[in-house]
Amino acid sequence: MTTDAQPAIEVTELACSYQDYKVLQGVSFSVRHAEIFFIVGGTGVGKTTLLRNMVGLATPVHGDVRFNGRSFTGADVVERQEMLKTFGLSFQGGALWSSLTLRENIALPLEEYTRLPGDEIGRIAAFRLSQVGLKGFEDYYPSEISGGMKKRAGLARALALDPTIVFFDEPSAGLDPVTARNLDSLILDIRDTFGTTIVIVSHDVDSIMGIADRLIMLDRDTRGIIAEGSPRQLATGPSDPKVLEFLTRRSVRSG
Amino acid sequence: MEARATARTEGDVLEVALQGSWSLGGATPRWGSVVGDAAPKAVRLRADGVSHWDTSLIVFVGEASHWCADKGIACDLERLPERMRLLGGQFAKSLVTGELNDHSRSLFVEVGLATRNAMSQAREFLGFIGECWLAAKRLVSGQAGFRWNDCLSEMQKCGAMALPIVSLISFLVGITLAYSGAIVLRRFGGDIWVADLIGVAMTREMGAMMAGIVLAGRTGAAYAAEIGSMKSNEEIDALTVLGISPVRFLVLPRVLAVGLMMPLLALYANALGILGGMMVAYVDLGIPPAAYWIEMLTIVDLPDIAVGVIKSIVYGLIVGLSGCLRGLQSENNAAGVGQSATSAVVTGILYIIVADAIFAVLFQAIGL
Repeated sequence: MTTDAQPAIEVTELACSYQDYKVLQGVSFSVRHAEIFFIVGGTGVGKTTLLRNMVGLATPVHGDVRFNGRSFTGADVVERQEMLKTFGLSFQGGALWSSLTLRENIALPLEEYTRLPGDEIGRIAAFRLSQVGLKGFEDYYPSEISGGMKKRAGLARALALDPTIVFFDEPSAGLDPVTARNLDSLILDIRDTFGTTIVIVSHDVDSIMGIADRLIMLDRDTRGIIAEGSPRQLATGPSDPKVLEFLTRRSVRSG
Repeated sequence: MEARATARTEGDVLEVALQGSWSLGGATPRWGSVVGDAAPKAVRLRADGVSHWDTSLIVFVGEASHWCADKGIACDLERLPERMRLLGGQFAKSLVTGELNDHSRSLFVEVGLATRNAMSQAREFLGFIGECWLAAKRLVSGQAGFRWNDCLSEMQKCGAMALPIVSLISFLVGITLAYSGAIVLRRFGGDIWVADLIGVAMTREMGAMMAGIVLAGRTGAAYAAEIGSMKSNEEIDALTVLGISPVRFLVLPRVLAVGLMMPLLALYANALGILGGMMVAYVDLGIPPAAYWIEMLTIVDLPDIAVGVIKSIVYGLIVGLSGCLRGLQSENNAAGVGQSATSAVVTGILYIIVADAIFAVLFQAIGL
């Protein structure tokens, strides 16, 4: 049974490896409902690996991931598929299916999981695209649009099935500051409107300070979490020097 | 003025004065030759007389401080400009080599890794076949939808669009076989039996085999490259996360398309091969086409054609499955996509030949 007191996501003692290299161990944290939760850290600390282990694209070496109290790591194929329907994943490069138009990209999950008639699916797809500011691009192929647009279309697809949890892998990577900020406000809108739980892997300090409710910071040396809390707490309170350095980076130009 | 470094001993301290213009393009002193055999207790660098400097000076300063650190003596850089000091320190740090990442392996480890690799490949292959079987079962039982549009478009790509190359190759194979056959048959005055030779060879063996090899090179490689690049683009992950089986979505339409088109292409290849043989027989051996045709029908029967068709269906499935499997196994980079395409062709052709040998024994045993 799902209750609000129960965390939306609960990660317990997770250990992940990339190929034969052990990237993370003993990672435990939980994400509350309707929270914007960041997984941060420098490059190569295992943020994306953690995300892939959480959504089932990689199998953890040890530990458990639970969504709304149900174990995902230990779930069988059918159970897992049911749970997959409840979350969306927005990939770093959009990962749009290149042989389908934007409308078809968004329509595919709907065709797979709903019994809606084709024209209604088309309308929903168009609505999702307009939500992310891509009205008029329904019949474009991914190769015909820019990187930022691909990312937004990827987000529209991730939202197609009205997921309760949306994961983002580096949403602002490769985007100009204005587009990145627009994407941030879109994420905030989605959370405020639908009460969606949002997990974001990022190292963009502006985004973190701008929209994160809470974050965990991963570290390469300890192969685990070195800080957990709200960005302001961590930036102003007594934190690990690495956390302070990360969150309060100043310009390299002195003065 | 050219770059100079003059060493002077003051008690236990070796003071090195840097002068002139230091440039990477010009000749600059090396720390080793400046310090020589000296064994000071401390080193001091000063750069009062330096008019211009670049990385060449940083290298000198860095080597000096690395040398001092190595000898365990003090290196006084306080008299250098701040930026020079900082960069020199960074350079010295970069000279400290960490633990080497040793890639060499013993024979024992190599054998172990190769065994583990072979086992995991076998497991992946069996897993893939199992997944295909389950997906096909769900499809037949109506539990899952099928992307007919994708399948039709793949049929066009691997079937209709392969016609020119299949035509050319089978026609040429027919001609080659006819010439080779004629060399032997002529000795016995049996020129007309060229028709029998071509008829049996094309329908039972060469039609299906040639179409299979063309499709392995054309379609198998294309499937591997297409699915491989989808994988490196995270498109496969996007399907998986949505709970949509990549096997059902990508593999089944392709395998079915090539499995359906292959027998048609094989029949077409048979016809073109026979035509090639007929042309050689007419032009070179003086056998009229009608005589050729009638002679051929005395030996080629429906079972021969059926043998070719059965083989071609299996070859088609082999090409489709090996192309898709290699694509799904592809590494997430450009080189990985290339390797998977090559590997798809090699696997496809290898298994076609193996299957052909098995068929030969099997059909012999059942008298077909």
